[in-house]
Amino acid sequence: MSDQNNNSENKELEALMAETIGVKIGPHKSWDPVNQPMIRHWAEAMDDKNPRYTDPEFAAGTEEGSIIAPPTMLQAWTMRGASWKHAPGTKERAADQPYVLDILDDHGYIGVVAVNCDQEYFRNLVPGDDISHYMEIEGISEQKQTGLGVGYFVTELWTFVDQNDEKVGEMRFRLLKFCPPKEAPKAASKPAVESDDKPKKALRPRPGMNKDTRFFWEGLKEGKLLIQRCTSCQTLRHPPTPMCPSCRSLERDAVEASGKGVIHSYVNMHHPDLPAFDASPNPVALVELEEGTRLVAGLIGIEPEDVRIGLPVQAEITQCDDELALALFRPVSEK
Amino acid sequence: MANGLSGQAAIVGIGATEFSKNSGRSEMQLAVECVTQALADAGIDPSEVDGISTFTMDNNPEIEVFREIGGKELKMFSRVHYGGGAACATVQQAAMAVASGVCEVVVCYRAMNERSEYRFGSGMQNTPAESDYETTHYGWYIPHGLVTPASWVAMSAQRYLYDTGATTEDFGRIAVAARQFAATNPNAWFYEKPITLEDHQNSRWIAEPLRLLDCCQESDGGVAIVVTSAERAKKLNKEPVIIKGAAQGACDDPQMMTAYYRKDISRLSEVNLVAKQLYKQAGMTPDNIDAAVIYDHFTPFVMTQLEEFGFADKGKAKDFIRSGQIEMGGRLPINMHGGQLGEAYVHGMNGISEAVRQVRGEAVNQVDKVENMLVSAGTGVPTSGLILGKG
Ligand SMILES: [Zn+2]
Repeated sequence: MSDQNNNSENKELEALMAETIGVKIGPHKSWDPVNQPMIRHWAEAMDDKNPRYTDPEFAAGTEEGSIIAPPTMLQAWTMRGASWKHAPGTKERAADQPYVLDILDDHGYIGVVAVNCDQEYFRNLVPGDDISHYMEIEGISEQKQTGLGVGYFVTELWTFVDQNDEKVGEMRFRLLKFCPPKEAPKAASKPAVESDDKPKKALRPRPGMNKDTRFFWEGLKEGKLLIQRCTSCQTLRHPPTPMCPSCRSLERDAVEASGKGVIHSYVNMHHPDLPAFDASPNPVALVELEEGTRLVAGLIGIEPEDVRIGLPVQAEITQCDDELALALFRPVSEK
Repeated sequence: MANGLSGQAAIVGIGATEFSKNSGRSEMQLAVECVTQALADAGIDPSEVDGISTFTMDNNPEIEVFREIGGKELKMFSRVHYGGGAACATVQQAAMAVASGVCEVVVCYRAMNERSEYRFGSGMQNTPAESDYETTHYGWYIPHGLVTPASWVAMSAQRYLYDTGATTEDFGRIAVAARQFAATNPNAWFYEKPITLEDHQNSRWIAEPLRLLDCCQESDGGVAIVVTSAERAKKLNKEPVIIKGAAQGACDDPQMMTAYYRKDISRLSEVNLVAKQLYKQAGMTPDNIDAAVIYDHFTPFVMTQLEEFGFADKGKAKDFIRSGQIEMGGRLPINMHGGQLGEAYVHGMNGISEAVRQVRGEAVNQVDKVENMLVSAGTGVPTSGLILGKG
């Protein structure tokens, strides 16, 4: 399936999916009522020392008058066991009942990623509570172009009830089912979807920085590529350091580079194929600036196979995400 | 006397675990296994160990190894930094401790589950807010996608190809030669699995110009080396392997993996510094070296090392390799155990063991009439080297 819209095919698919919205499946019963041993195991595993979970004496003085289950355990009570079976009394989805994720699989949207999961709690659970849950498809987005491929965002609504059928909590679990592009096995090609539904684009690895180097990164945020300068002997240096290796002075400032340079060497980076990088392979150069210092920087506006040592390049300060600006380099067209 | 180190100490024991992709036991267990095995090989009781040297990157504390082997009095414990660049330096530390009379029996070890528990090849991505020096250092590279040792080496390798006219097939010839030796070494991971140059050229890109088959393995395993005085060595189990030269080197605007700011980035000036010291200490020239273990985490730096150690002129390693000089019967057979490409990646320590076996005459791929072996350590980083030979 191509990532071009094929309207009639989409309409058919979307109609099939629409029929699955709002159909309640369940109940899914718990193997055990809310109980102290499972609470204690959970609290230990999470290293959560809240005495309301494990200390009956302390808990006697609280509103519930007994220990409570950590709210985030909500989903744990009704989980299938290791046998992958729900507890007796569960009413599973009938085999012939259409299910949106299966429908999407059948139409080639075989990729799946979890996007987010929100839980809401209406009361604290105490030992003895017997929890069940129902699941329904709450919503399906329109078709979206995402960094992973064309796909649909599907929201599942899980409703948790107690032994009196009273609602104790809800969970919204959102997935992206997508059609992986044929030729590119990697993630994110371009900055993905526009809507709030967009899965977060993976960020580039953060640079470590400290008191000696922070000015360089701050400079980039202001659109400047800076080179450190020794104010005693005027020697330029990169990467920045507290002491000038030429004259051992600690006095320093920075000058703004013209951004003109030449590729001194380069790497086309294939593995690991990090989703934060648009190009695969990702071309990265060692650029010698006209001021004389060198720095490593990604290349833009060039195919990896066209990169050459000696190619003139120009810095382009690029805001990669909210926090990170980098000097990337673009080839200068030769006249 | 040229220096007080040459000929004073000897390697008298070597030990190793099996090399695998999943050892199934802790790194500490690997460490104590290989250490006790090396001491047994030497015929020295573990309680006699009074010095230890290992890598800063090793996760097994010296005192814990010492405690578990039943040590009594530990008088020197040192760690050497810069990844695989530390390999031969651990033996240098041992030799200096023995030559100066500080210690009698020093054990060097490296034990790691580098494949099953963490992998250097998977890349560095997370950094704290106010970073220590080395995290800050890698900050110049990782936001652009250079996150692995292969990627850092590739930058130098690309320039080497440009400056010398060598090709990636020359890198491939090194891999083929290593796998040829590994194919007949039962302890090698790639035992009975030789490759062709075509296999190399068809293997997938990792960081151009490096392909998968240019990169060493990722391995689980441990190796230990026992050093004592040349005097005492004469009275022990095995033929002593004399430490004739032992040196470390860092120079010429050094950087950890990314010496991109020196004038000529297709050289390894720190290897040249190690070479000069080794030949001077041993009173030798490259002509005295019969075979070598050349650190092969990535094939391109094998070429540069052959030049820096004086076996080929600058830029001419390609001719040396193309004419088969690094293979059995050539001028300088290298990495007869299969190297880290073919045997295992234990940060160079398995290469030191191979040099010991060659001098003793007990290697599986034994070179004829070995008098002196050269051993190098991790490159692209501050490094170290050894000349080992018959007494
Ligand atoms: Zn200065």
